[in-house]
Formats: sequence, structure tokens, C-alpha cells
Amino acid sequence: MLQLIGRRLLATVPLLLAVSVVVFSFVHALPGDPAVLFLGEEATTENLARFRARLGFDRPLIVQYGDWLGRALQGDLGRSIRTNQPVTQAIVERLPMTLRLIGFSMVISLAIAVPLGIVSAVKRNSGVDLASTFFALFGFSTPNFWLGLILIYVFALLLRWLPASGFDGVRSLILPAITLGTALAALVTRQLRSGMLEVLRQDYVRTAQAKGLADRMVIGKHALKNALISVVTVIGLQIGALLGNTIITESLFALPGVGRLMIDSVFSRDFFVVQGVILFLAVGYVVANLVVDILYSYLDPRIRVH
Amino acid sequence: MAGTSLTAIALAQFRRSHVGLVGAVLVCAFVLVAALAPLLSPYDPVSADFANVLSPPTRAHPFGTDDIGRDILSRVVYGSRISLQAGLFTVAVALCIGLPLGLVAGYLGGRVDNVIMRGLEVILSFPGLVLALGITAVLGPKLIHALFAIGVVFVPNFARLIRAQVLSVKEHDFVAAARALGASDRRLVILHILPNCLAPLLVQCSFSVAFGILTEAALSFLGMGTQPPTPSWGIMLSAGRGYLEQAPWLGAFPGIAIFLAVLGFNLLGDGIRDALDPRLKT
Repeated sequence: MLQLIGRRLLATVPLLLAVSVVVFSFVHALPGDPAVLFLGEEATTENLARFRARLGFDRPLIVQYGDWLGRALQGDLGRSIRTNQPVTQAIVERLPMTLRLIGFSMVISLAIAVPLGIVSAVKRNSGVDLASTFFALFGFSTPNFWLGLILIYVFALLLRWLPASGFDGVRSLILPAITLGTALAALVTRQLRSGMLEVLRQDYVRTAQAKGLADRMVIGKHALKNALISVVTVIGLQIGALLGNTIITESLFALPGVGRLMIDSVFSRDFFVVQGVILFLAVGYVVANLVVDILYSYLDPRIRVH
Repeated sequence: MAGTSLTAIALAQFRRSHVGLVGAVLVCAFVLVAALAPLLSPYDPVSADFANVLSPPTRAHPFGTDDIGRDILSRVVYGSRISLQAGLFTVAVALCIGLPLGLVAGYLGGRVDNVIMRGLEVILSFPGLVLALGITAVLGPKLIHALFAIGVVFVPNFARLIRAQVLSVKEHDFVAAARALGASDRRLVILHILPNCLAPLLVQCSFSVAFGILTEAALSFLGMGTQPPTPSWGIMLSAGRGYLEQAPWLGAFPGIAIFLAVLGFNLLGDGIRDALDPRLKT
């Protein structure tokens, strides 16, 4: 197990290096002048030249990259052009909000999806099964920004139960978490249902039933445990979507998180912040995938052998 | 016998699948609306009418009007063109880059395969929307940039799918036979291997069109895709956000439109997949 973790970690290093090159080239190597990117098309030649010299954009690219990477490895992602705040500090300040939102949305979606998935597999073709099929279809095809608007309209404006935007305690995270988590809930429901159906057909489940084990035990202990493996895969595949969709959710609900920081910085042409956030999210995503991979091989011993 | 060809079996399967049929109907309706937009929309989608601002749905304006009096029905109808374009263009970008990469990686194998797949892994290291947003931000907020960015995000999925298909197809006897008859690599790949990869590709295309529509709407909603006054569903939703309490119809109809279009392509994809491989049916 330790060997596997070590091997996976080692394989991640070149990948992260490649990621850093891509993120670096976002600002520096793409066609077009980075100074123009920051200052806009209407900037004067003089201002552009001064800007270039101040930020060292006039040095060879490889030197700039080495310099940038060296600092990034020490946690220095540069400073915001607008506020002069260190980018790392800006991210760290907003990170708890984003993590809480993602965590909360995962809890809500699993709380809906797991029971729904189990019941619709065990009671196949029942009313619950049909309802869960529709829920999955709806959840997967609804744009989350529209769902968010509907939730705001119903629960914040009509019923006045929950706040429409801003952050003011856990109550403010309920609507955003539902907005962010519905697609995940839909996918997990479908995956768990088909996973359970598959497992329930297996011989060992029949054996467990034949030896007189209560249904609750057969489903809970034998079937569910194995069906959950596929659920871990789905969640792993959806981490990227969750991270990306926090941008939409945070901007819709005016939550001061990392995603909001990114979109705000895009609009104020604060590209060091944009670059920093992209690098941060990509590294976070790679690490999260690594964790899922390791978790997966822990849950399914068959993978460990290979 | 014509009646027992694999295509015929797949078509028969497809007709039996309710899911696929509903999807096909939705997709056909969507394409028709986009094609016949000038005939179907009662007003000019971009001309303002300040005498009729924020009118709720009436007989004259079945979907109501927006904050500068534009007819929402006409804008939703014309918006279908942007969405269809978004779905098709993003998939075209992904195909143009992903298909050759997948074919080459799968067919040649070895080092070339390794380099290509490692490269794609780099794209996959970014959350899709973050990458699309980043590319669009650097290129400048324009529809064409957003669509290109979304297409790039799709590339690894297409390349991986094709590669996996090629790997399994190239082991078949008919490929060995064709090679023994002296077929060139290019002929083998294009005439013998590629046609056998098309079925799963079709499924992938359908799902990707749905995702392309969804992502274009998301980027436009954030202000990074289509720019006003072009009627895009994402922009209309974003404009409706400010009038949620006063005029909820501003956001309701474009939202329903996105939902139905995305649902249509998702169901169509499900239907085709079930028809091609009934074993995968869930």
C-alpha cells in the first residue's frame, strides 16, 4: 500500500510540472503581449514599456518561468495588480468558504442520493424508482445557474426562508450547496442504482440470502459495500465539475470564495490572481484525484494487485 | 439480407427505446426552431420597445418582454441558434483535435502513444470550467473564444475514447487480413479501423453537444461568452437575475430552453448507447 502511494506521488511530479508550464503560459507565452493583457488595448506604448520593465516581462521566457516557478514552490504567487495583496493570501482567505460550500454540497447530495439509489435498486420499477429516474434526468440536464435562480426565487424571495446572497452563517450555504450538489446527487443516484442492481445479482448475495440473513444485513453489509466502490469513482470524476461550478455558484450567491475571486479578477484584468487561482485549483484537483485513486485501491483490493 | 445488418438492428433497438425517441424529438424540435427562427419569432430579437418594458406574458408577447422591451419569445427562438452553434462547434473542435490524436496514439502505440496520452493528462488536470474560463479570459471574452476553449476541454475525452476503440479494433482478424493484402497504414486506419470506432463516438458526440450547450450558457451567464445584444440563453438568464422578483419570466423561459435542449441531447445519447450495446443498459 505504501509502495503504491509512493509510486503514485512520484508520477504526479512531472504532471504538476507540465501543469505549471501551462498556467505560466496563460499570461506569458500566449500570442499577444502580457502587458497588453493587463493594461488593455488602449494603453500607451510608454505605459506598456514601463509596466513590462517593472514586472520583468522583458526578460527571456525561460528565466521568467524559472523565477516564477521557484517562487510558486515557496508559496509566493505574486501580488494582485489592483490591491497589492499577495495572491496566496487572497486565496487562503477565501478557501474556507469554498471548502465549506463543496463539503456541504457533497453531504447534501449523498444524503439524497444514497437512500434514493438503494431504494430504487431494491424496489426496481416501483414509484420510487421512477421518481429517482426523473430526478436523475432533471438533475443532470438542469443548468445549475438556472437551478440557483429558481431556488433564490422560491426560498428567498417568495417564502423568505433563506438569504438570497452573501454569507451570514450556515443558513446562507443551504441554497448554494443544493445548487452545486444537485448534478452530483443525480449522478450518484444513477450509479448507485446500477451498481446495486449488478451486485444484487451476484452469487454471494444469494448465498447470504439463502443462509437466512435479514434483508437489511444483505443489502447493507454485502451489497452496499461493494456498490459504494463505483460511487467513489463517480465522486472522483465529479470533483473537477464541483470545483469549476463553485465559480458559478459563488458568483450567483455572492459568496466570497476562491471561485468568486477568480471571476472578479478576470473582469478586473488582475491576471496574476487569475493565474494563481488556476494553478491552485489545478494542483488541488490533481491531489484530490490522487486521494480518490488511493482510496479506491484501498476499497477494492483487486486494483492493488496490478 | 438487408434487414439483419447491424445498423438495422441498432435502428430497431433505438425505435423501441422511449428515452431515445423523446431525445430525438427534442433534438429535432430544437434544430427546427433554430433553422426556422426568422419565421417563428414574432418580433426582432434585438430591437427595443420602450413602451413595453417588463411586460408579463400576454397575447402579444407570449413570454413577456425584458427590461428594454425586447420580446422574450423571439429572443429565446433566436437564442437556439447560438446554442446549437455552441454545441456543434465545440464538438467539431474536439473532433478535429481529438480524433487524429486518438487514432495515432492507438494505432502507433509505444512512445508516440505515451507522449500524446501524457499531454492529454495535463489538460485533464484542470477542472473543465476553470480551464475554459482561463482560456477565454486570456483570449478575450468573445463567443468564438469561449467555444474554442470548451472544445479544447473536450479533446481528451474524444482522444481517449478513440484510442481505446482503436486498440480493440486493430486486434481483429479483418485488420490483419487487410494488412496482409498490402493496405497502407493510412488506408488501414481510415477505411478499416475508423468506421468501427464511429458508434461509441456518436454517443460521445451527443453527450458532448449537451455539455457544450450547457457550458456556453454558463460562460455567457458569467459574462465571458456571447456578448450583448446577441440573444444567448445564458445572457438572458444573467439579465433576468436582476429582475427575479419583479419579472421572473425573464429568467424562466431561457432556463427552460437550455434544460430542454440539454435534456434532448442527453436522452438521445442514452438512446443511441442502449441501441448500440444493449448490455450497457441500466
